[in-house]
Amino acid sequence: MNIAQQSAAVIVIGAGVTGLSAAWWLARDGVDVLVIDAGPIGWAASGRNGGGCSHHHSPLFKEEQRLWPLMDELLGYPTEFQPNRIRIALTESQMRLFRRALDNAAQQGFRTDILDPQQVRDLVPLAGENVYGGYFHHFGGHANPHRTVQAYAWALQDHGGRIMQHTIVEGFNTQGNRVAGVITNRGLFSGDHVVIAAGPATSTLAAQLGITVPLMTARAEMIVTEPLPLMPTGGVDGNGLYGRQTLRGNLAYGGGPHEWVLTPNTSPVRPHSTVLQASIARRLSELLPKAAHARVIRSWAGFIENTPDGRPVIDRPAGFENLTVATLSSVGFGLSPAAGRAIRDLVVTGACTFADLSIFKLDRFAALEADWQLRQGWLPAALGA
Amino acid sequence: MSFLDPASVAGKVPPIDLTTDLLIIGAGPAGMSAALTAAGRGVRVTLVDENPIPLKTMGEDVPLHFGGRMAPTLANQNAVLVRVVEANPQLLQAMDAGVDVRLGTAVWGLFPQHPTAAWLGGPVAGLADIESVYLMRFKQVIVATGRQDMGLAFAGWQRPGVMGVSAAYRLASTYNALDAKVAVLVGSDTEALQAANALAETGVRIEAIIEQSAQITGSPRLLASLTSRGTRVFTGHVIQEARGDHTGVTSTRIVEIDATGRHLSERTQTLTCDTLLLGIGAVPTIELVEAGGCAISFQAERGGHVPRIDASQRTSLPCVYVAGDCAGIWPSKTLSETIATQEGRIAANAALSALGVPSQKEAPVTPDTPTRDLSADRLAWVRASVISSSADPLVCQCEEVTASEVLSLKAPRYLGWTSKTSCRHQHELPPNPDAVKRLTRAGMGPCQGRRCREQIAALIALDSKLTLADIPPATYRPPVRPLTLEQMARLPESAALAPHWDSWFGMPTQWIPFWRVQPDYTAATRNSNEPAGGE
Repeated sequence: MNIAQQSAAVIVIGAGVTGLSAAWWLARDGVDVLVIDAGPIGWAASGRNGGGCSHHHSPLFKEEQRLWPLMDELLGYPTEFQPNRIRIALTESQMRLFRRALDNAAQQGFRTDILDPQQVRDLVPLAGENVYGGYFHHFGGHANPHRTVQAYAWALQDHGGRIMQHTIVEGFNTQGNRVAGVITNRGLFSGDHVVIAAGPATSTLAAQLGITVPLMTARAEMIVTEPLPLMPTGGVDGNGLYGRQTLRGNLAYGGGPHEWVLTPNTSPVRPHSTVLQASIARRLSELLPKAAHARVIRSWAGFIENTPDGRPVIDRPAGFENLTVATLSSVGFGLSPAAGRAIRDLVVTGACTFADLSIFKLDRFAALEADWQLRQGWLPAALGA
Repeated sequence: MSFLDPASVAGKVPPIDLTTDLLIIGAGPAGMSAALTAAGRGVRVTLVDENPIPLKTMGEDVPLHFGGRMAPTLANQNAVLVRVVEANPQLLQAMDAGVDVRLGTAVWGLFPQHPTAAWLGGPVAGLADIESVYLMRFKQVIVATGRQDMGLAFAGWQRPGVMGVSAAYRLASTYNALDAKVAVLVGSDTEALQAANALAETGVRIEAIIEQSAQITGSPRLLASLTSRGTRVFTGHVIQEARGDHTGVTSTRIVEIDATGRHLSERTQTLTCDTLLLGIGAVPTIELVEAGGCAISFQAERGGHVPRIDASQRTSLPCVYVAGDCAGIWPSKTLSETIATQEGRIAANAALSALGVPSQKEAPVTPDTPTRDLSADRLAWVRASVISSSADPLVCQCEEVTASEVLSLKAPRYLGWTSKTSCRHQHELPPNPDAVKRLTRAGMGPCQGRRCREQIAALIALDSKLTLADIPPATYRPPVRPLTLEQMARLPESAALAPHWDSWFGMPTQWIPFWRVQPDYTAATRNSNEPAGGE
């Protein structure tokens, strides 16, 4: 590989949805961007999640809602985005918990209808007699994670961006307050700006630059059934599950407790699903009793990182003039169109042009205790917890 | 004990009443040998075998490509159970020796411990029989799950009567219930010829052998045994089409090919038959061990992708051993059960030793030196049968994906997406079958990729000018047997699991709307009365 290929205006470390979206936004502005990843694109949580696009609590929500209906056209490839979401409550307490979405969205000008049990059954043919109530959100929706990840990757290459998979970052060269080079198992890469958006590895990578990004990784699981006849709205969840009916008809759902884990810092590790899949199946058969006969044909697991407060970090850390760090803290897929645009803004202009991202700044953890993982009980089972 | 995140799995292990020391999966020659070796040595031995397989499951081509050729007698479950036991007299011997024998029991998942999947606190197997789904703890496991047949697409291969040759042999031998009279064998390696001879012994007429190569690839002795019964041999030929009616296959049209696998469309013949036996490749059944996390590699001398093992049949996971065909398939092993039984013995002795029981050691098993290039043979089949076919047959029957759609990474048909679907940027090698699967859906249907997995790997290899050794196997996932939601739902869970189920990560701060967020964060101030439910 020659010198020209080893440099780019912007190097994005991490080919998950966040990094790929950021690279795509940069590439469509004509920026020479190179994405590098230790594994294949979208191989971690980006390619295996519920596909939901309804994050009413986030300052990126309005932009998320504006962009998703445009994404197929903007990218030039199908994401399988489908609008709207129905959330089913089987108990009074679920109904109360899920109401928060209505309140948050209403505050921002989005509409939700409250559904009685019969209205739920009319809208969701697979629902049963156990429905307590539900909500129909006239916003949000869902897309296909695999297809969306690939769409970002293809689209950024259409704009001249580059992707290098199976490239492991081993360290950085710095010159004063600049990140001068990214050292990998395939040589040194130089760029005018570096974005670290490497999921669980973000913390380790940032630490090599002396920057603390407090993160802990967890393993979560999902299941998928054989295809069933399409319901009018595929974005149906609730009862503690997230997920959707795909446009093919499969029910793809996850949820439930997670396992805190220690993952190796660099090379990808395969996340294994466990018998938790049966507990997910149990809740799915409660949520959609008329699908109880459907066969589960796959399960999968993924690693997701969380910050101590569960909120994203999208920031240009103090100390470096050409570095951006981003983690969406376990809720990145749906927000990715907006998060990528925000990162583009940070890289190009130094600040987000369409939303106030001050709550995503790293310095909110300035007083974080050194033993925060212990205090929060975020301990890997493998350590005998 | 430290404070544990209440929204995590910590401390929520499901109740698991059943425990064994040595679990053996599969009661074929290797599994039986392992069970009889370990029996009576002071450890608890459990032997599970999924035969008799429910007729409905067979009808879904699980676990083998049965092609709808099950005789109606299989509807009588009691008679079938008697037959299965009679077909394997060692089962009674094992029961007498104190082995806990569970028939009609499939293992749908092996869950060994991993550093990143450790909450169960020890290895667990997921089992299912016709009545229930349940878990069993084990200390050591010997997986002896045998072989299956590589699928091969051609026009009409979805018809009843197109089936795997091992599936046919299973129906005939274990069940005495193969509904076939006149069969054409596709492929001619020793594994295929051996099975065809056994079928001929049961009265199936093997009408012809179709082989894409210029010569028969397997044992000349087994070939002679078939030709002496009148089997015709067509080398340099492939199946052009399986024709038929509502009963399935009634004839097949075969076509001669040139050296590059192209069809010489004027050189065809029609053969009358009711069954096409796919015998182009016997594939080690590695689904359980691959999904469980054992390291897998392509070993041509062992018949393709198999677990990496040491001299004691131990995989990369210390508690998991493999024996029999799932540890590797080669001609002398196919021809004589002594090798599989030796592997079962070696694995059982190693497992006994790991359990603290003094045990014997014997010399490790060594595969034959291959005389054929397995990758080249299988790629040639796929090139001549699938790629050269003007019919562009469905490679993935479940999701209806053709070879050209696989290779162009075309978005699935249900999306109705037309523009730029064939646009494809060169990613780095090796191409990954899981990425192809995710984009095209090939291999993602209810048969769990059983009929198309090896073909898709071959298509990718041909397209990239690589060998099968260069293409990593598409991953397997539990449940490796399809289970309904209601079946899985009956598996007991810890009472501690439910209270925090709704909470995603149980962090109120994650879901507070942005206009109410407190600027600074410490663990000490994290407690909040806000609800913690997810998005």
